[in-house]
Amino acid sequence: MEYLIGIQGPDYVLVAADNVAASSIIQMKHDYDKMFKLSEKILLLCVGEAGDTVQFAEYIQKNVQLYKMRNGYELSPSAAANFTRKNLADYLRSRTPYHVNLLLAGHDESDGPGLFYMDYMASLAKAPFAAHGYGAFLTLSILDRYYRPDLSRVEAVELLRKCVEELNKRFILNLPSFSVRLIDKDGIHDMEKITLTAK
Amino acid sequence: MALSDYCLLERLKTSQTNCGDPQHIFMPPFPQATPFISRRTSRFGPPNHVLTVQRPFPLSHGTTTLGFIFQGGVIAAADTRASAGGLVACPAVHKITPIHSHLVVTSSGSGADCMLWERILIREIRLYELRHKRRLSIRASAKLLSCMLHPFKGTDVCVALTLGPRVIYVCSDGARLQGDIISVGSGSPYAYGVLDGGLSWSLSKEEAISLAREAVFRATHRDAYSGNNVDLFHIDAQVQQVKQCKYVRSQRLRD
Repeated sequence: MEYLIGIQGPDYVLVAADNVAASSIIQMKHDYDKMFKLSEKILLLCVGEAGDTVQFAEYIQKNVQLYKMRNGYELSPSAAANFTRKNLADYLRSRTPYHVNLLLAGHDESDGPGLFYMDYMASLAKAPFAAHGYGAFLTLSILDRYYRPDLSRVEAVELLRKCVEELNKRFILNLPSFSVRLIDKDGIHDMEKITLTAK
Repeated sequence: MALSDYCLLERLKTSQTNCGDPQHIFMPPFPQATPFISRRTSRFGPPNHVLTVQRPFPLSHGTTTLGFIFQGGVIAAADTRASAGGLVACPAVHKITPIHSHLVVTSSGSGADCMLWERILIREIRLYELRHKRRLSIRASAKLLSCMLHPFKGTDVCVALTLGPRVIYVCSDGARLQGDIISVGSGSPYAYGVLDGGLSWSLSKEEAISLAREAVFRATHRDAYSGNNVDLFHIDAQVQQVKQCKYVRSQRLRD
């Protein structure tokens, strides 16, 4: 039902998420933001079961900020991703597992940009591009076909737009708008929302 | 309830997870309760009747409640029917409860659970105000309720809607959404249909009240589990109970 996508470029990561908050068949909100800012250069995109997403994402967010307060420097994206995965794994075999699917995107001074794919089974993979949700079935092949490691920012937004148009054409559910953000060495930048009218 | 807890007169048994918590919240000793029996089944009907009506999607909570924001404040409306399976258990239930001078809660789901959580929320908000000498904000109250409900996830406790100058939807499965129009319950799709068409920011108070009443009425007309009267609240700076429409159906027939 929900859709997340991330594309990593040579010095940036582009991420997008849909804006629908649904409860069974009703769209309760059309402008819901699924991205959580963990630090100045790390974003966590979180979808899954209704309450779990916010609870888990806020827990990770507060812990990353606590690390910065305690130690004086921020967690790198890779460290934050591994911390998140460890928490997911710890809760997986407890009585209250968190059913959330995540994309963590960040930019590190030494390692450069990074996009990490995590799912509710606490798997972790660093990937050049990734997507979550039923929409991923439709768009991963587009990403496979057109992705290059040296995509410019404009080309990456174009690729994102291609994916979203395919969703609009073939996906059974209506996802009218998508929030888009870009992370580079200067931090997180909000980009223009992609809004599509029904065909 | 709050006083006896605060004075430590009778300590109820608590689980390990909230020992030492200054805001003592009673939790059951078992970590995850089994889900309640589906409310759709009735044990009192004759055995050869088909008692359960399978819904194509899981929209339970036999009620219609709604809240929306407009230029004159916030309107909350709800029906007054309490259903237990196929039985109308009570035709005059108050689903909207003022819990503070500026806050109102509409409830749907299990009636007993909603009453309990309303009382707990009233207690916690009042204790916060006494301890910190300032009012708890609406978003913080909603977050408090959401965090208190989180351990009971999966038990289908209740779905509540907190209002002030905002409308926030809090669900026992942990969801917490702030919006401009929210409707909850089995009659909510019908109410959304009327609200989405007629709502705009610049409505006057009378128009907003009549729109809310119309939306709940349409939902009670189509939904079997909603019915009887319509409760309406209008919140400006303070909570004011606007009016209670009586006998919505017969009034409609007279038009």
